[in-house]
Amino acid sequence: MAGGGTPADLDAAVTAAAPQGVRAVHPAMAVLEYFLVGYKRVWRGTVFSSFALPVLFFLGMGVAVGAYVDRGGNLDMPYLQFIAPGLLAFTGLQIAMMESGFPVLGNFKWHKIYFGMASAPLRVGDMLLGQLGYISLRVLVAATGFLLVMVPFGAIGSAWAVLTPLVAVLVGLAVATPMFAYSATVQSPNLMAIMFRFGMLPMMLFSGVFFPVEQLPGALQPVAHALPLWHGVELSRAAALDVNAAWPVAVHAGYLALWCVVGFALARIRFIKRLAV
Amino acid sequence: MTDGAPLISARGLIKRFGDFTAVDGIDVDVHAGEAFGFLGPNGAGKSSTMRMIGCVSPPSGGELRVLGMDPQRQGPDIRARLGVCPQEDNLDQELTARENLVTYARYFGIGRKVARQRADELLEFVQLSERAGSKVEPLSGGMKRRLTIARALVNEPDIVMLDEPTTGLDPQARHLVWERLFRLKQRGTTLVLTTHYMDEAEQLCDRLVIMDGGAVAAEGSPRELIERYSTREVVELRFGTDALEPYASKLDGIGARVEVLPDRILLYADDGDTAVPAVYERNLTPSGVLVRRASLEDVFLHLTGRTLVEA
Ligand SMILES: Nc1ncnc2c1ncn2[C@@H]1O[C@H](COP(=O)(O)OP(=O)(O)OP(=O)(O)O)[C@@H](O)[C@H]1O
Ligand SMILES: [Mg+2]
Repeated sequence: MAGGGTPADLDAAVTAAAPQGVRAVHPAMAVLEYFLVGYKRVWRGTVFSSFALPVLFFLGMGVAVGAYVDRGGNLDMPYLQFIAPGLLAFTGLQIAMMESGFPVLGNFKWHKIYFGMASAPLRVGDMLLGQLGYISLRVLVAATGFLLVMVPFGAIGSAWAVLTPLVAVLVGLAVATPMFAYSATVQSPNLMAIMFRFGMLPMMLFSGVFFPVEQLPGALQPVAHALPLWHGVELSRAAALDVNAAWPVAVHAGYLALWCVVGFALARIRFIKRLAV
Repeated sequence: MTDGAPLISARGLIKRFGDFTAVDGIDVDVHAGEAFGFLGPNGAGKSSTMRMIGCVSPPSGGELRVLGMDPQRQGPDIRARLGVCPQEDNLDQELTARENLVTYARYFGIGRKVARQRADELLEFVQLSERAGSKVEPLSGGMKRRLTIARALVNEPDIVMLDEPTTGLDPQARHLVWERLFRLKQRGTTLVLTTHYMDEAEQLCDRLVIMDGGAVAAEGSPRELIERYSTREVVELRFGTDALEPYASKLDGIGARVEVLPDRILLYADDGDTAVPAVYERNLTPSGVLVRRASLEDVFLHLTGRTLVEA
């Protein structure tokens, strides 16, 4: 119809359009902002849920059970010191799993938030980065808070401890990214609950937070090594107490980074699939 | 005015869900400044088409260009210049009306100050200024709808895509939306909307396609379509009985055409006032007689053999 002539309508529309090209904010940052605006309304409620479990374990297990364990003298450090860095890493895991489970499913299934975002000039990568950035901030704040709780109990043995919140963030991202992929795939909240029961709790119990993984039956040790939390626990303990990690620090960190990269790629694929209706 | 390249151009556009074909090879052109409508019953494929144009749903076949670009490769560039009001509201229920607009504006890279200013203007535009600071959740369905429309305008789009903008609104809110959309059109914004209300299509659309079963049944301006597929007037006859077929045969020849609906007979005639006496001349005594102008409803009935909005 235009027959190769000037696309007059199109030109007019292009010139009439608002000035293009200059973005005042990166799309991923805009997504992060959105989540922070929402967080502003609910943060009070999350203070308790972010801290309660790790701090309870810290006090209950570390102080009470610690007094009993230390008499056995099987660890080369006080029990409190042993579990504190592990619990800090677990804080990252816990917040990340909470935030990448039901909220992600809900943003597809009930609130349709992602569909609204997909109509804006965002890429799926921006959506993921923005929300992961939000989760990282949440973990960073909670882990720092937990670190401050640890100090007066003498659970810190090194200035390197300031790095432990970053370890928690790395653990958080290593579980959040594949969890995003999972949540973008399932339809039912029940499947989400299964992930918590059979994913989060066992990982917490058997990843070297409360006892060294060498205590596990031989067959289970490779499982603990394969899951992300143990690597975070080793890194966190190495930093907090300036002791050697089980494996070289770069291997632990690199393995967690691998989870992040693979998880992100999977999440991206699943998001694109679920959004393309 | 429609000589140039169209802003939206579809050729043989197809959308499949598994084995099911929701959009079955449609050809559509939308030109700048036009208000273009997709009119059709439930399941016609309107929303599927809108999502493909909105660059969120990849086409299963055919060609599609939006603003001269390829939705597959340049989705974000296209979406930067579209405003989308989806059929189902996807506002954040926990945020305030204003926060919804501001956060959404930021997705378009709009600076914070401009975003706030635009949010306030748009809340005014859809008459929600008083609820600017209240959460979305308790707002009425009509208010949420207006907020979603406001959100679709936050980037000052070249094309506004509205999927059933007024479904579920009360008559007053509906007229407000129509009036606002009309103002947008006057400013030169291109509107693409879907509806199953023929009066909405007649009021708002310069041009429309009637969709049925994933295909385009007819295309033109509301006037053209009525002229092409209907007579100028329609006589609606009721007989106080369900067995209408015998009456229909007795009406043969009075008008151009007769349609039998479950509750009434439609007699298509260019002049209703001469057709009605002709009915009585045949010794028929209808219990109700109504002469009205033909509408898009009649066009749809003629093209598909079904009524558009089931009573
Ligand atoms: N995501 C999907 N998966 C499977 N089938 C779908 C999907 N979306 C739409 N369909 C089917 O495609 C057909 C067209 O749906 P669509 O939503 O485009 O119709 P519509 O004209 O917008 O109808 P309505 O007036 O009810 O909104 C319907 O039969 C619908 O069931
Ligand atoms: Mg629809």
